[in-house]
Amino acid sequence: MIAAGVLVVSMAASFVLVRKIEAVYPSAPMEDVLFISSPEFVKRASLGYSGLLADIYWMRVVQYFGRKHQRESKEYKALAPLLDIATTLDPNLVVAYEWGSTFLDQPPPSGAGDDEAAVALIGKGIRNNPNEWRLYFTLAFVQYLGQHDYLGAAKTFEEGSKVPGAHPWMKIMAAKMLTDAGNLETARYMWQNIYDESTDKNLKQNAELHLASLVVDQAVPQLESLISEFKARTGDNPTSWRDLIASGLLRSIPRDPTGTPYVFQSDGHVVVADWRKLPFITRGKPQ
Amino acid sequence: MPRSFPTNPMLAVEILGLEKTYAIGFWKKKRKDGLKSLHLEIQQGEVFGFLGPNGAGKTTTLKLLMGLISPTAGTARILNQPWHDPAVRARIGFLPEQPYFYDHLTPIELLDYYGTLSGISAPDRRLRIPKLLERVGLAGQGGTQLRKFSKGMLQRVGIAQAVLHEPEVVFLDEPMSGLDPVGRREVRNFIQSLNREGKTVFFSTHILGDAEALCHRVAVLNKGELRGISVVADLTSQNRSRFEVVWQATAAIPAMRAFGNETHVAGEVARTIVRESQLQAALEALKSQSAQLISVNPVGGSLEEYFLQKLGEPDKVPR
Amino acid sequence: MTTRIRAIAFNTFREAVRDRVLYNLVFFALLLVATAPLLGEISIGVQRVLLINLSLSAISIFGIVISIFVGISLVSKEIERRTLYPVLSRPVGRGEFILGKYCGLAGTLLVNTMAMTTGVYVALLLMTRSFTRADANILIAIYFLFLQFIVIIGLALLFSSFSSPLLSALFALSMFVAGSFAADLRGFAAMSHGPEGLLARAASYVVPNLASLNVITRVSHDQFIPAALVGYNTLYTLLYATATITAAVLIFSRRDLK
Ligand SMILES: Nc1ncnc2c1ncn2[C@@H]1O[C@H](COP(=O)(O)OP(=O)(O)O)[C@@H](O)[C@H]1O
Ligand SMILES: [Mg+2]
Repeated sequence: MIAAGVLVVSMAASFVLVRKIEAVYPSAPMEDVLFISSPEFVKRASLGYSGLLADIYWMRVVQYFGRKHQRESKEYKALAPLLDIATTLDPNLVVAYEWGSTFLDQPPPSGAGDDEAAVALIGKGIRNNPNEWRLYFTLAFVQYLGQHDYLGAAKTFEEGSKVPGAHPWMKIMAAKMLTDAGNLETARYMWQNIYDESTDKNLKQNAELHLASLVVDQAVPQLESLISEFKARTGDNPTSWRDLIASGLLRSIPRDPTGTPYVFQSDGHVVVADWRKLPFITRGKPQ
Repeated sequence: MPRSFPTNPMLAVEILGLEKTYAIGFWKKKRKDGLKSLHLEIQQGEVFGFLGPNGAGKTTTLKLLMGLISPTAGTARILNQPWHDPAVRARIGFLPEQPYFYDHLTPIELLDYYGTLSGISAPDRRLRIPKLLERVGLAGQGGTQLRKFSKGMLQRVGIAQAVLHEPEVVFLDEPMSGLDPVGRREVRNFIQSLNREGKTVFFSTHILGDAEALCHRVAVLNKGELRGISVVADLTSQNRSRFEVVWQATAAIPAMRAFGNETHVAGEVARTIVRESQLQAALEALKSQSAQLISVNPVGGSLEEYFLQKLGEPDKVPR
Repeated sequence: MTTRIRAIAFNTFREAVRDRVLYNLVFFALLLVATAPLLGEISIGVQRVLLINLSLSAISIFGIVISIFVGISLVSKEIERRTLYPVLSRPVGRGEFILGKYCGLAGTLLVNTMAMTTGVYVALLLMTRSFTRADANILIAIYFLFLQFIVIIGLALLFSSFSSPLLSALFALSMFVAGSFAADLRGFAAMSHGPEGLLARAASYVVPNLASLNVITRVSHDQFIPAALVGYNTLYTLLYATATITAAVLIFSRRDLK
């Protein structure tokens, strides 16, 4: 009899507790359950081990990208869905948003060239982690470099700068977007920031490549103008870098950031020896 | 119908119409009688034998008394208290049929565990356990895990645990089954010594020799019904004209069938009952078959007759 | 009373240890060692997240498997092998027996979980070279996992008090799955009406509320766990365990032993 009483009371009290727990630890809204998307389904099926599963998916993303990248494939079909699953399983996996949107946005072969998917992913990241200023930074970046939406980028930088703990140069970037967005110096500044702030190995390498490419973009016009100047002074076309050095216009043979000398073309153009090592250059690409 | 209380304070066990019907089959729809309304009184200080063939209801009765199963009807009193009273449990001991114990334990650990459950203090347990192990012939085996024990050794552990807390009444379910002749003799001696210490012993068996050697009184049970209760001394004093012959080597069985009417075989050991006039010839026959003789005992032919006669009477339920 | 429960609990613990239940610790250690090269593949920030997710998920899975499979055999094995006879013929109540068995397995899991926890912290220390305050958060998640075990042992005991080991394992496992979806079940039930709705609602509250006991993913990102949740979860677990054990005792007390 006593036992039956204990049973009823403890069971009833446990119902009350469930409500209390719901109040302090709310579960996912109903529509997420009713309209199960495939990532949402994976999450349900993970029985609470979603974090571990997210990490596994995340590692798959990195491996998938690395493998495709090595083969110089231009197809990254699975990249966006894999990232979606990883971030649904673990909505706080900030690195996946940053990384993912960067490589979704970048043109092939070093990315999927899908700036819509990139913006969608980073938008999801901001919704789930409104206090991560770096995500605003990444979004603004995609808007700026991928979509050339300088106004949008300025707005995103502005919003991000209001997040507590945001880096002070977020404000500077907001202003720069409005004044000199097309400037190489602005792009260099941003990539330098990514390079300095990133903890992810891939993101760092990527930023390094971009910085190197920007160096080339700056150097090639300068070198080409030196060639024109030589022509203007001597009336002859130079035949090699040596001619320029002899005339005192150059001090040594110019080298690109990979350490390889720039190639002197007979038509007066300057190109890099192997542009694959500098995939983001816009100038100095051999025809 | 249970009798009204209070009852005789000198009774060790008083069974008042205990009854057990098992529900069997997948849907528990079919009924099977395990024990029909049983009335039985056991005096303090008595060795009481509970006789019956396999399936008679002996184990059912003991499980009912131990509270392991609940009766369909009836009650019982042990040491003048209701049988399910926890206080009573500290004063009784029980050896289950074919006992099996936690095989990850050693006998010392096992007995220590049971001792704690029976409420024996730690110093007492330390004192008693080695002595008890010696008494049941397991001295030197106290530290071996039970998984390495033979059936006979387990039976000894079982007896030790049944008497560890010095109970006033000891219930033993087939204590001699599965033992070799030497082991059986030892258990017999053990029961006798328990009785000399003043303990009441209630044991079930289907072996007449054991009952005859040990019991003051026996009850005969068949198909869940009590068929009769008798004082052993009354039966055995009548004549001693028959002998139980036990031998080893089953090869001799066909030859022995010629002498005895009841030949039982249990593993390597066979047993038969022969008349006094044929005993000599039977022993000769064993020798010529080179079978090893284990024992020759006079049997109360009358106990066996009584037993067989009672088994044959289906209707009469004595009180 | 307590000495008997303690003796039964201790015997249960000893049996688990001698039946090599704690060997799972070896697998746990191997798992931690085996993931080390994996950790090198991903960036610094995620390494810690993965280590926490992986090791805590392993603690949870090992613990739940032990809770279910040892839990269902706690009583049924003793009935099957008839080791229960010499116990219950002593002054031991059936309730005491169940409680002792329960405490024994809970104790086994406590020791097991504490050993694994030590492993997690050693691995963390090797990886990050120092502890931060956020690392203390992990303890809360592990404590919640232990509460899960407490709930599941109770269920396993309850099921095994009236059904066969195989069925009990199946029931307990499905309760674990249903319990992980408990919030969804409550959501569905809230949308259905009439008598079925009421029934569905009752059912959604009877399944264990396990989702809120799994905060692994949260602590892996150093997210704050509200103190109220710790309190409510503790209380909830105690109530749920009390209910299951009481039901198990009620059923077991009426049961004939084989
Ligand atoms: N758990 C049970 N379920 C169904 N029938 C049983 C059960 N236990 C015993 N019986 C039946 O009850 C009868 C008496 O059995 P039992 O008491 O074990 O006999 P004994 O111990 O004298 O050999 C037998 O017919 C047996 O088949
Ligand atoms: Mg029997």
